[in-house]
Amino acid sequence: MNKHEALATAGWRSLLRSHAFRLALLHASVFGSGVALLLGFLYWSTAGFMSSQADQTIAAEIEGLAEQYLEHGLEGLNGLIAERIRRDPRGESVYLFASPDYRALAGNLDRWPKAAADEQGWIDFTLQTPAGSRSVRARSFVLSGGLRLLVGRDVHSLEKVRTLVHRAIAWGLAITVALAIAGGAATSRATLRRIEAINQTSREIMAGDLGLRVPTSGSGDDFDQLAGNLNAMLDEIETLMASVRDVSDNVAHDLRTPLTRLRHRLETLKSSVDGDSEAGRLVEAATDDVDQLLSAFTALLRIARLEAGQVVSAFEPLELGGLADDAYDLYEAVAESRGLSLKRRIMSGCVINADRDLLFQALGNLLENALKFTPPSGDVTIEVVRRGEQVLLAVADTGLGVPKAQHEQMFERFFRGERSRTTPGHGLGLSLVAAVARHHGASVDVYDNEPGLTVALRFSASAAPPAG
Amino acid sequence: MRILLIEDDEALRAYVHKGLSEAGHCVEQAADGKDGLFLASTETFDVIILDRMLPALDGLTVLKTLRGAGNSTAVLLLSALGEVDDRVAGLRAGGDDYLPKPFAFSELLARVEGLVRRGRSDGPETVLSLADLEMDLLARTVRRAGRIIDLQPREFSLLEYLFRNAGQVVTRTMLLETVWGYRFDPQTNVIDVHISRLRAKIDRGFDKPLLHTVRGAGYSLREA
Repeated sequence: MNKHEALATAGWRSLLRSHAFRLALLHASVFGSGVALLLGFLYWSTAGFMSSQADQTIAAEIEGLAEQYLEHGLEGLNGLIAERIRRDPRGESVYLFASPDYRALAGNLDRWPKAAADEQGWIDFTLQTPAGSRSVRARSFVLSGGLRLLVGRDVHSLEKVRTLVHRAIAWGLAITVALAIAGGAATSRATLRRIEAINQTSREIMAGDLGLRVPTSGSGDDFDQLAGNLNAMLDEIETLMASVRDVSDNVAHDLRTPLTRLRHRLETLKSSVDGDSEAGRLVEAATDDVDQLLSAFTALLRIARLEAGQVVSAFEPLELGGLADDAYDLYEAVAESRGLSLKRRIMSGCVINADRDLLFQALGNLLENALKFTPPSGDVTIEVVRRGEQVLLAVADTGLGVPKAQHEQMFERFFRGERSRTTPGHGLGLSLVAAVARHHGASVDVYDNEPGLTVALRFSASAAPPAG
Repeated sequence: MRILLIEDDEALRAYVHKGLSEAGHCVEQAADGKDGLFLASTETFDVIILDRMLPALDGLTVLKTLRGAGNSTAVLLLSALGEVDDRVAGLRAGGDDYLPKPFAFSELLARVEGLVRRGRSDGPETVLSLADLEMDLLARTVRRAGRIIDLQPREFSLLEYLFRNAGQVVTRTMLLETVWGYRFDPQTNVIDVHISRLRAKIDRGFDKPLLHTVRGAGYSLREA
């Protein structure tokens, strides 16, 4: 099955599964049975009426002939039959006058039909003539003296009418059902298309494009009303998010401003005390504490804003190798000062759409973690590699590693592993990495290096990142 | 230097005002966007320090109005919204530099003075010198007391930036931004390691150190 067929199959499958189509199918069956009932009644009242009419005619004729026999005897009856046969050149009527032992005495049949009569004397038989076979419906009557009279009619035309009616009913029913199903499919497809438009928009909105709205057809129908309500809801959500953003910005402003002031006061104080005195050292330590608090606060706000999709980045095509080289250049000295060796394995031509400052922050955080938790004479490696449509940016170390059970947990805010309790840091570095990765539509993988840890960001190569 | 400070936080305004005055600058103040815009458009300043969140008229509107009126005074934007998009928005609106709160006063001072120097372009200097340290930007050589000092390319740019701001404090953030070209927030002393490498090359073995650490602020290249 090629891709197009697969898509078409999936399309049909979703059509068959859809509520609208099932409803259409139900309508088709109800409508179809209605039409079948109506046609059945029509059939009964036309074909049935015609055959009962024919039966009445035959019965009346037999009555007439019997009366003739009573009044004028055998001669009169014979004459009348001959007269009737003469008046019916097309041979639509059948007459036979027979002896009690079924020998033909007069009429236009040469022998008594073989078919058995029912209780009322009705016989249906086929007459073989040189022109072909004819269906005949007849009634036999026993006259006084045991003489038998058979009067029949060629019901060929009646049969023809009946066949016609049958065929008409079959076609009518088939066309009705076909039309109902086709109409149901068409309307449910139209319905599906509009529902799919709503679903598609919802998915794109969930992917971060909050500015999108469900399209309306302008007809004011119930779908338009649904779309209108959804759009109103989205407007409301957007307003709420904007106000959350305002609140978080205000909180940032309101909390960081006094902290800044505190830092400023400490700076002022520092300039008026002797740096080497007890007071000087305390002021220095207090400044460091404030800085740490501010840094944690900044990181927290940044993660929150990234996760809320409030950071609108100027995404640009970025050669990941260049970024990794810059990070190598910046951190190589740190590694050396700690007795570690920083290595790089960089494949060129790995281009992704990225916010370079944010990505550098993420890479910096990963490197700082790796350098912090790798004992002297260990290795830290920056790796940039392209695998098919994906580009990997990874930092691997030969350090203490993280127990597998904590691989998910370590991206949570303020998570400090057992082994990092004693090292400085606010436990937000990896949360920020995760938030930056999500911002770029990248996934984060963690592998055990035994010993050590690899954290890899997996990007799609130069594909457009999600809006946001 | 005439500086206009537009900031609604009274304590911060007083603090910055005091610091800038002590550094020898003449400072005018405004507490909201309307007064700020009025002052900025009626008087002449070398630098405007503009908070982004202001009562009456927000910072970006003030900035856009000024630029729209053809006023090209250097503007340093201050804000608690220290995110990339805000910085981009601020620079797009015509800001010359952007400083997220909280900031160290030394950082603010360094940036303000940097803005004015930038505006005052000294022409293409090719040889920089301080005491017995000399830097030839064309030959890409550095000498101290006549002796050639071998520097890595990044160390060269680091020294060049310190030279161009000689006598001033440059902060770690400014160094990351200009020498490495990234705006980010390292959690470790990554810059210090580079500075001590550079210091080992230019100061070790000489009586008078030229590359000084300014506690709680950054670094400064200066005599004594």
